[in-house]
Amino acid sequence: MAEKKEMPQELKERLKAEFNLEWRKKLRKSIPIKERMKISRQKMPEREAEERNKDFYEVNLGIKAKAAMKEAQRCLDCANPKCVMGCPVGIDIPAFIKLIEIGDFPGSIQKMKETNSLPAICGRVCPQETQCEAVCNLKKATGVPVAIGNLERFIADYEKLKGEVYIPPILPPTGKKVAIIGAGPAGLTVAGDLVKQGHKITIYEALHLAGGVLVYGIPEFRLPKSILQAEVEYLEKLGVELKLNFVVGLTATLDDLKNEGYDAFFIGTGAGLPNFMRIPGENLIGIYSANEYLTRVNLMRAYDFPEYDTPVYLGKKAAVLGGGNVAMDSVRIAQRLGAESATIVYRRSRVEMPARVEEVHHAEEEGIKFHFLTTPTKFIGDENGRVKAMECLRMELGEPDSSGRRRPVPIEGSEFIMEVDLVVVAIGNSPNPLIPKTTPQLTVGKWGNVEVDWDTMATNIEGVYAGGDIIRGGATVILAMGDARVAAREIDKYLKKTKRKTRTTKKEKK
Amino acid sequence: MAKILRRERLVPNIHLLEVHAPEIACKCQPGQFVIIMPDERGERIPLTIADWDKKKGSITSIFMVVGTSTHKLSLLNTGDEVPVFVGPLGMPSKVEKYGTVLCTGGCFGIAAIYPVARALKEAGNKIITLLDAKASYLLYWEDKLKAVSDKFFVASRDSYYNCKDYIPHVISNVIKEEKKIDRVISIGCTYLIYTCSEATRSLGIKTIVSLNPIMVDGTGMCGACRVTVDGKTKFACVDGPDFDGHLVDWEELFSRRKAYFEDEIQSLNFWEKKTFP
Ligand SMILES: Cc1cc2nc3c(=O)[nH]c(=O)nc-3n(C[C@H](O)[C@H](O)[C@H](O)COP(=O)(O)OP(=O)(O)OC[C@H]3O[C@@H](n4cnc5c(N)ncnc54)[C@H](O)[C@@H]3O)c2cc1C
Ligand SMILES: Cc1cc2nc3c(=O)[nH]c(=O)nc-3n(C[C@H](O)[C@H](O)[C@H](O)COP(=O)(O)OP(=O)(O)OC[C@H]3O[C@@H](n4cnc5c(N)ncnc54)[C@H](O)[C@@H]3O)c2cc1C
Ligand code: SF4
Ligand code: FES
Repeated sequence: MAEKKEMPQELKERLKAEFNLEWRKKLRKSIPIKERMKISRQKMPEREAEERNKDFYEVNLGIKAKAAMKEAQRCLDCANPKCVMGCPVGIDIPAFIKLIEIGDFPGSIQKMKETNSLPAICGRVCPQETQCEAVCNLKKATGVPVAIGNLERFIADYEKLKGEVYIPPILPPTGKKVAIIGAGPAGLTVAGDLVKQGHKITIYEALHLAGGVLVYGIPEFRLPKSILQAEVEYLEKLGVELKLNFVVGLTATLDDLKNEGYDAFFIGTGAGLPNFMRIPGENLIGIYSANEYLTRVNLMRAYDFPEYDTPVYLGKKAAVLGGGNVAMDSVRIAQRLGAESATIVYRRSRVEMPARVEEVHHAEEEGIKFHFLTTPTKFIGDENGRVKAMECLRMELGEPDSSGRRRPVPIEGSEFIMEVDLVVVAIGNSPNPLIPKTTPQLTVGKWGNVEVDWDTMATNIEGVYAGGDIIRGGATVILAMGDARVAAREIDKYLKKTKRKTRTTKKEKK
Repeated sequence: MAKILRRERLVPNIHLLEVHAPEIACKCQPGQFVIIMPDERGERIPLTIADWDKKKGSITSIFMVVGTSTHKLSLLNTGDEVPVFVGPLGMPSKVEKYGTVLCTGGCFGIAAIYPVARALKEAGNKIITLLDAKASYLLYWEDKLKAVSDKFFVASRDSYYNCKDYIPHVISNVIKEEKKIDRVISIGCTYLIYTCSEATRSLGIKTIVSLNPIMVDGTGMCGACRVTVDGKTKFACVDGPDFDGHLVDWEELFSRRKAYFEDEIQSLNFWEKKTFP
């Protein structure tokens, strides 16, 4: 992955200008660094594990204004803010935090939105412990970083609560039209950035709700739908047009859309192709891909069946295969839907699990069991074709592989049977093949990922850009947003360079 | 949101639905389907595209009332809107000049096979159509199908039509009479297409069936629709829905279609109590 180590000049200057503002200087001096370092990290209030593991309401409750201002005091307002480099979209973290410290929450959210259009989401789902908070200077000094994610969430929620959503200035119409394919975080971000530049933006989305994984994958108890809804409404307020139930490649191909007069494209179609184990018995009833399980529950609201029509199989003995966020979400849902035992079955050990630390911690509190160093080898069904057990093999860790993680090797003769009646396969997704399949001129890498120039997010087709999981395989929300910001900047440059084409569209003719 | 242009009961339990969907009408081909969701709380269910009108911008599907979603659809009226109507999904049916093609359909498949038969006819094939209707009053679209068929048979259990028998028996007779059939296409409920496919297995006539496993997104994203064909797992919504019937793992398909049997009954009871208290 192309992570840049040097801070870009433009970012450096932007940070410096803010850093040197008079009020910032005064504020820095108002509390000595030593005092700041003594303040302890404000705890995120959360609902009791025994209460929350039975419903779908949000687990984290959010910090209050007083606690947020206290937490903001912990930030040392460093001359060299490492956290900004840790953030894939380069948010001016000290600036938004210092505005919280002085109680200027509207100012803080405004600052935040200069670089991040979806703070209420990032504040909730970013793996802060491996990004901004991992490199925070305060962490180096005291071991406990500033709670950047919690603060980010705080100001975003504050704005929602107030109901006065800040609408940034929008440049006069340029007459250029951009089509965005996929309404996941990548697509939504590009839309937000480009609409402000005065371009006409249309998002095409295959499903009936915008949000991508945020709406069909990540459950309500981690990211309430209302949060996402508000973000989508905000984009619509800025003038972004949403075309739902439109599968690009089928309802119209990218080339068809080109003929409709779009000047540029962004492909943000995500990693929607579920991987299966490819072992015997995998098509038994009761075995789901994580995508299907999550879609039924989150998008179709099967947790409220029969109020909602879509059913989902309620297992008593649930096993979820995998160790990432997807697995963690699936297993916590199975528990909430009444499983007597809900177990993670992961082929490596605890330390290799790619899930966010907070999710693993929450899962453990909620009573989720973990079977490490275990992999299923076949599924066994009953006379009705329903899964009733799986045969597993124990593993041990061998030499590190290309990812640097130690490779799991099966222990011979260690087979054992595990009784299960619900299995969710959460071993990763591959890039969605629909656009590549229907756009033959598009260059695709060996995993089916759309290939881009990492500095500009441009694909091999002129005027067509891509970002997020479709170029990376399953990654993170913030990386998708990071790609999207770069793509938006480059698309804007591209549009300013190209003259308005004279051809008119069908609609304009009318 | 898509607007309902027409909803009409054709015969008991079978309705026609015409929906305003100009983009789909421009793009669709025989054998493809749409996913429809009757209301905000509904399920996403697939329906085959039975006809379309590019000028009017409309898509026509025929559905049989079986459970909650189809009951809800049967109450829609002109001017109502459905929150999801997406397509065209799936691979179009392969249309080439094969020679003589036997098109067999039953229940909703009578309509669903119509555009396939029409396209095959236009491609220069001789079309023999064999429809299954339990009773003659359950037959619809007879004229439309006759217009694209060289020969036309109906198997119904009453005496009104030419063959008073169930389709697998009739199919063997038709094949015997015709001497040379190059391809069989079968659309309808799973049992019907299964029996048609079994009837041609020993004769070695290539038989294409349009499978209808349970689906959710219909775009290849979830794997709900997986079927085993020739020993390999396929996603019916993107790799199909047409497959070679002689290679399909029918037992698996039958069992997977019953995955939510109890839930479906509960759902229908719940909805009926709520709607007709
Ligand atoms: C269960 C789960 C939990 C996760 N948890 C976290 C987490 O805690 N933190 C984190 O940072 N990341 C998490 N991730 C990963 C993160 O959600 C993704 O990396 C991110 O959503 C990728 O964004 P995207 O915009 O590239 O794609 P997506 O979010 O996948 O959106 C793609 C969109 O494009 C649409 N689309 C696809 N094809 C077409 C087409 N042909 N025409 C029209 N529309 C199309 C899809 O329907 C979808 O809405 C999680 C993922 C899952 C599945
Ligand atoms: C590619 C395809 C094309 C189809 N075309 C037509 C058509 O043109 N006309 C028509 O009448 N029917 C068609 N079907 C079948 C139709 O989708 C089901 O009858 C419908 O989903 C039943 O929904 P329900 O809620 O009314 O009934 P339910 O009570 O939910 O189910 C009745 C039966 O329908 C099947 N079913 C249930 N949910 C789904 C689902 N989400 N997807 C697929 N099958 C399901 C199950 O096997 C179940 O036993 C098609 C199915 C597929 C896969
Ligand atoms: S967006 Fe993510 S990485 Fe950036 S500051 Fe916020 S929590 Fe940290
Ligand atoms: S219906 Fe989801 S993959 Fe086919």
